[in-house]
Amino acid sequence: MDGIYLDNNATTRVDDAVVAAMLPFFTEQFGNPSSMHSFGNKVGLSIKKARMQVQELLGAEHESEIIFTSCGTESDSTAILSALRASPEKKEIITTSIEHPAVLALCTHLEKEGYKTHFLKVDEKGRLDLDEYAKLLTDKVAVVSIMWANNETGTLFPVERMAEMAHAKGIPFHTDAVQAVGKVPIDLKTSKIDMLSLSGHKLHAPKGVGVLYLKRGVRFRPLLRGGHQERGRRAGTENTASIVGLGLACEQAMQHMAFENTEVKRLRDKLEAGILAKVPRAFATGDVSNRLPNTSNIAFEFIEGEAILLLLNKFGIAASSGSACTSGSLEPSHVMRAMGIPYTAAHGTIRFSLSRYSTEAEVDRVIQVVPEIVAQLRKLSPYWGENGPAEEPEKAFAPVYA
Amino acid sequence: MWDYSDKVKEHFFSPRNSGVLEDANAVGDVGSINCGDALRLMLKVDPDTETIVDARFQTFGCGSAIASSSALTEIIKGKKLDDALKVSNQDIADYLDGLPPEKMHCSVMGREALQAAVANYRGEEWKDDHEEGALVCKCFAIDAVLIEETVRANNLTSVEDVINYTKAGGGCSSCHENIEEILTKVMAERGETFSPHAVELKEEAKPSKLTNLQRIKRIETILDSIRPQLQRDHGDIELVDVDGKTIYVNMIGACAGCQMEAMTLQGIQQRLMEDLGEFVKVVPSRAGSYARAASHV
Ligand SMILES: Cc1ncc(COP(=O)(O)O)c(C=O)c1O
Repeated sequence: MDGIYLDNNATTRVDDAVVAAMLPFFTEQFGNPSSMHSFGNKVGLSIKKARMQVQELLGAEHESEIIFTSCGTESDSTAILSALRASPEKKEIITTSIEHPAVLALCTHLEKEGYKTHFLKVDEKGRLDLDEYAKLLTDKVAVVSIMWANNETGTLFPVERMAEMAHAKGIPFHTDAVQAVGKVPIDLKTSKIDMLSLSGHKLHAPKGVGVLYLKRGVRFRPLLRGGHQERGRRAGTENTASIVGLGLACEQAMQHMAFENTEVKRLRDKLEAGILAKVPRAFATGDVSNRLPNTSNIAFEFIEGEAILLLLNKFGIAASSGSACTSGSLEPSHVMRAMGIPYTAAHGTIRFSLSRYSTEAEVDRVIQVVPEIVAQLRKLSPYWGENGPAEEPEKAFAPVYA
Repeated sequence: MWDYSDKVKEHFFSPRNSGVLEDANAVGDVGSINCGDALRLMLKVDPDTETIVDARFQTFGCGSAIASSSALTEIIKGKKLDDALKVSNQDIADYLDGLPPEKMHCSVMGREALQAAVANYRGEEWKDDHEEGALVCKCFAIDAVLIEETVRANNLTSVEDVINYTKAGGGCSSCHENIEEILTKVMAERGETFSPHAVELKEEAKPSKLTNLQRIKRIETILDSIRPQLQRDHGDIELVDVDGKTIYVNMIGACAGCQMEAMTLQGIQQRLMEDLGEFVKVVPSRAGSYARAASHV
């Protein structure tokens, strides 16, 4: 498909070589890896290879620490619920206010079942306060779950440090690294991280396959019980084709790690600087000096995100927004709200997320188109005057029932 | 991506009547910046004929908010104020060949801006009386606040009740968990505990206390109390028959077939249910009109 795809934090294109590696597992290699006959045997070996490829990317000490799951969400749920079941007497959870719904909604739900969740706050750049965190690490806490990188702003969190702090208190530490894996170097064997979630479709593998890393020796209670697949830690016949695809995608991510952090980062920086130079009343959100190399989240004041996306789409440009309207909820993104971004800006945030497939020409085109779109929508905005924001915009337009 | 009609897209990409109307004599500012939608509607009204000679808008909002604003200005231009006020949010949605359920509030905002602008012209103060909550039922676009208020006003105790009174949950049923949560919360306020299995018990425990005749008389009395409002709008209502939970009525005069009929019936039904303390369905007895009414609620 033609068009400019800058929504790689939502999902990515499956690499051609990955597709090719998967195809035989639908036909010639269709066997069940658990079977005793030779139809299954080769499949089992391929899964083993994939496990080692994932191990390599994560810097895990043992291949058996890799558990294949159906997605990032399943990995998150498995990790958190396992820790809770392993220590039923502990009724507190520590997480952040800016997690992905895969963690956030689970923790809010667990509150109804009697758990107390501490949602760590962030400052205006989306950074955590480690002193606040340290104070909460008590023997009542069953698990800590902190994302490695935020999906909306790309902001990175000091999870290795936080894992050490939890470890010192004997509390299991999980990280949702769905956005980080493949974009920043990870070396789990030298860390105190007990559990880590990743999702294939964020790193050019297919949708519907994920991994839970489980450090050897960490107490574990499965979410799905049944067959002995994944050493009894995740029952259910393996999604062999996708697992093979994920393995190769991890190997490729390893090879592209430097490129991601130089070339992709350069394009991202160019895109952001180019837009901010041309569009007044716009700013980058999050901790811009400490974030994923591919992500830029820009707030355009006084206009609404979905409207921006619809116009971008008309130019063949794909991005995403933290506005309420794109989600069907009434509130803008919880991440923007947590950082205290005012509503007039939070509704107009657009996330551009690049990949190794992004090109200079695409970036140039977006830099050219975005200012026109913003100007067009601001012409419609009651907060905007002839040549700039109305003087004291909040007063010039103060609708009833605000 | 939302499933927008071509009409919505067209009005979004090329909005009609956008921008400031310099000599406006009626302005309505409504919306909620928290929800990401806000609209300023500017009208030029001819004071002699009370006709809207020009209309423009400025909108902070999503694609359907902008399209709804554009549609509204097109619909009301040239109308007399009183006729313009009869434009319902459903009319705005219909003009655009429909809106996704999550987006119906955009058309509501258009209607409110119109009411606010007319109030501004007439020197009255406009007060918004509806509060919006998170969308619970996606099939029928019903939000949490409406469900909560209905549960509270009618002492509802089951998901079934909620479906009967609000329609919420009557479609795909995936919101039943949320509805149970609302029931739990509101019932706790009045010191009761929600129990998902209490329904059958309750039905048996509570036989209708009114005789048939008493019940019909009661319905007549309730209709009588509504009648003055309808007559003010040059209409009337007549009780035709009562068949179990279905109440057949005749809408007369200005009410019959008008755009507001469905809305009016819905309101009357709500009133009857609150007074009778049971679920009833109000149906116009004219053939064919039921189907229309149903598609409008
Ligand atoms: C940070 C984060 N966690 C979890 C998920 C969920 O992953 P999946 O879609 O594989 O369940 C996502 C995907 O959007 C994500 O960005």
